[in-house]
Amino acid sequence: MSLFSIFDIAGSAMSAQNIRLNTTASNLANSETVSGSEQQAYRARQPVFATVLNQANQAVAGVQVTGITTNNAPIQREYAPQNPLADEQGYVYKSNVNPVEEMANMISASRSYQSNIEVLNTSKELMLQTLRMGQ
Amino acid sequence: MNIDKALAPHASALALRAQRSRLLAANLANADTPNYKARDMDFKAALGQTLKGGDISLQTTHRGHMSPGSGDGAEIQTYYRSAQQPSMDGNTVDTQVEQAQFTRNAIEYQASLRFMSGTIKGLLTAIRGE
Repeated sequence: MSLFSIFDIAGSAMSAQNIRLNTTASNLANSETVSGSEQQAYRARQPVFATVLNQANQAVAGVQVTGITTNNAPIQREYAPQNPLADEQGYVYKSNVNPVEEMANMISASRSYQSNIEVLNTSKELMLQTLRMGQ
Repeated sequence: MNIDKALAPHASALALRAQRSRLLAANLANADTPNYKARDMDFKAALGQTLKGGDISLQTTHRGHMSPGSGDGAEIQTYYRSAQQPSMDGNTVDTQVEQAQFTRNAIEYQASLRFMSGTIKGLLTAIRGE
């Protein structure tokens, strides 16, 4: 039954959006973290989405996360000599997370997740009706 | 009266609607995938092709012959949608358009289903003769 593969498609998209929400949560949680050096500073993470094509049927295209990239935006340092993490010059290094960007990202991910849920529910309804056909 | 013939256009339409909903679901699933191009099919042409081609399943005259599958029709032509507002990352999925098309397709699927149910009920009445 060809409607079944919609569960795979929408499911893959939901799992991908879930990973996106997870990275957003991690970024927002770490937006105020500081560290002792520029290398250790937290950098914003972002998943990379790619289409995964079914070999048997090219029309079926789910989503997969091919990797997580880190943001290369410059790290800000702050003079805080009283901080135990501060280096010899008394600087701590802040994360390069942009909270506004992350919030926008979060809303986009949650909307995409919702539309996939909608697709799943509609397909489920159609399948149930098909099962009841002729009754 | 041939039962196959009585159900003919709606059975094919139902299979094609299912296939189209799969295409649209794939579009919605890839709404955030860079470089994904939204696809759709020409339903009228596809239905015409299926009906003209007669049976979806091929005739098998030898037990070694394999069936090409039940109306999943990988050979149905799909087209890329021309995007009204393509995004910077090369994605051409317009979520609103896809959602509207998906809902419409679902309703049309239900319509075909209703027609089939009606035919089946009619046939049952005729068979029972009550």
